[in-house]
Amino acid sequence: MFDWGMWVRYAPRLMNAILTHFYFVIVSVTIGSVIAVILAIALSRFKKAAKYLMPILGIFQTIPGIVFIGVLFIYIGMRPETVIIALSVYAILPVLKNAYTGIVTVDPALIEAGRGIGMNPWILLWRVELPMALNSIITGIRMSTIYTVSWAVLAAMIGQGGLGEFIYIGINSNMKQFIVMGSIPAALMAIGLGYLIDKVQVKLTPRGLRRN
Amino acid sequence: MKLEHVTQHIYLVLMAALFTIVFGLIFGIIAYLFPKVRKYVIFVFDLFQTIPTLATLGLLMVVFGASPTTVIVGLTLYNLLPVVRNTMVGLMEVAPAIKEAAEGMGMPKMTKLFKVELPLAFPLIFAGMRISLVNSIGSAVMGFFVGGGGLGYVLYRGIRTMNFTFILQGTLTLMAMAIVVDAVMSYYEHKLLPKNQRGV
Repeated sequence: MFDWGMWVRYAPRLMNAILTHFYFVIVSVTIGSVIAVILAIALSRFKKAAKYLMPILGIFQTIPGIVFIGVLFIYIGMRPETVIIALSVYAILPVLKNAYTGIVTVDPALIEAGRGIGMNPWILLWRVELPMALNSIITGIRMSTIYTVSWAVLAAMIGQGGLGEFIYIGINSNMKQFIVMGSIPAALMAIGLGYLIDKVQVKLTPRGLRRN
Repeated sequence: MKLEHVTQHIYLVLMAALFTIVFGLIFGIIAYLFPKVRKYVIFVFDLFQTIPTLATLGLLMVVFGASPTTVIVGLTLYNLLPVVRNTMVGLMEVAPAIKEAAEGMGMPKMTKLFKVELPLAFPLIFAGMRISLVNSIGSAVMGFFVGGGGLGYVLYRGIRTMNFTFILQGTLTLMAMAIVVDAVMSYYEHKLLPKNQRGV
């Protein structure tokens, strides 16, 4: 299973695949999260509409990522943009759901207090609502990141590289070594990014709100 | 799309669900009974859920070959966390007064667990099962890459041959399955709660 010679021989290509994979994940999650937070803020201003919209968005989340990539591939073709757009769209949902819940569950007393000291709605959003919802937003980003690392494997399906390439070659030609070479970095990337986001989350939580 | 793909998909999901429930309960109970291992149990199953599905399936394929077994094992590992966590939390959250009452009646630890704590924790455990099952309907799509068949095959064919009908059929079937399972189980989840705890 561990043919070290092969790891050495394929090191440059593997490094390249890791970087491509990482690039797909970071760009997509960033785009997705920004769109999601903006949408969540907008939706939190229209709670009545959101009550109907959120369950619909939940239904969309049951669509597997392979469909996003597949449909866009048919429209846009075999290009990196296809992967980025598909993964970004997929990354929006968990962040949106968490950010929305985070914003609407901010203690009304805090909002009242903010208003009482003369904050206008924008300042209120920026200084009270978003900081209070931050924890929940980061939880959403963590979910999105982990999903994206997983679905980015499919980029190889339309010839866009990434760690999926190794997994595919391995599965299709029954070369176990390749599967291992693709899977282990992908697993480590997901675990590492998850861990990193956990650390950031603790750092960003005000000391008084930290558990333990 | 053939009926065969749908039944294959359902077979994979149900088999995985069966193992998920059995092992989820076992590990959940272990985590509850031995507070020292709690952290590690949750950590390990969280890890399984973090690792990309296709990576897990690929690694399992090295062991089990290209077969439905690979997919069932992979889905089980991937979906254990919600059941394990909800079993553990559900058992922990049984009111201390009730636990004490059971002990006061002279129940041995195991009788207390099976006659008192598990029944009371069941609504939450059931919620964990629902999350697992709905998730595995979606993740089973990856199964066809490692020889498990199912609806993933329909989607992949559709994408390869640029056949929208295939993609649409596959996607809608998956969505319908997820929505129906979620709705039915949510209904029973609600019913399982004692009347005074049901929301409006």
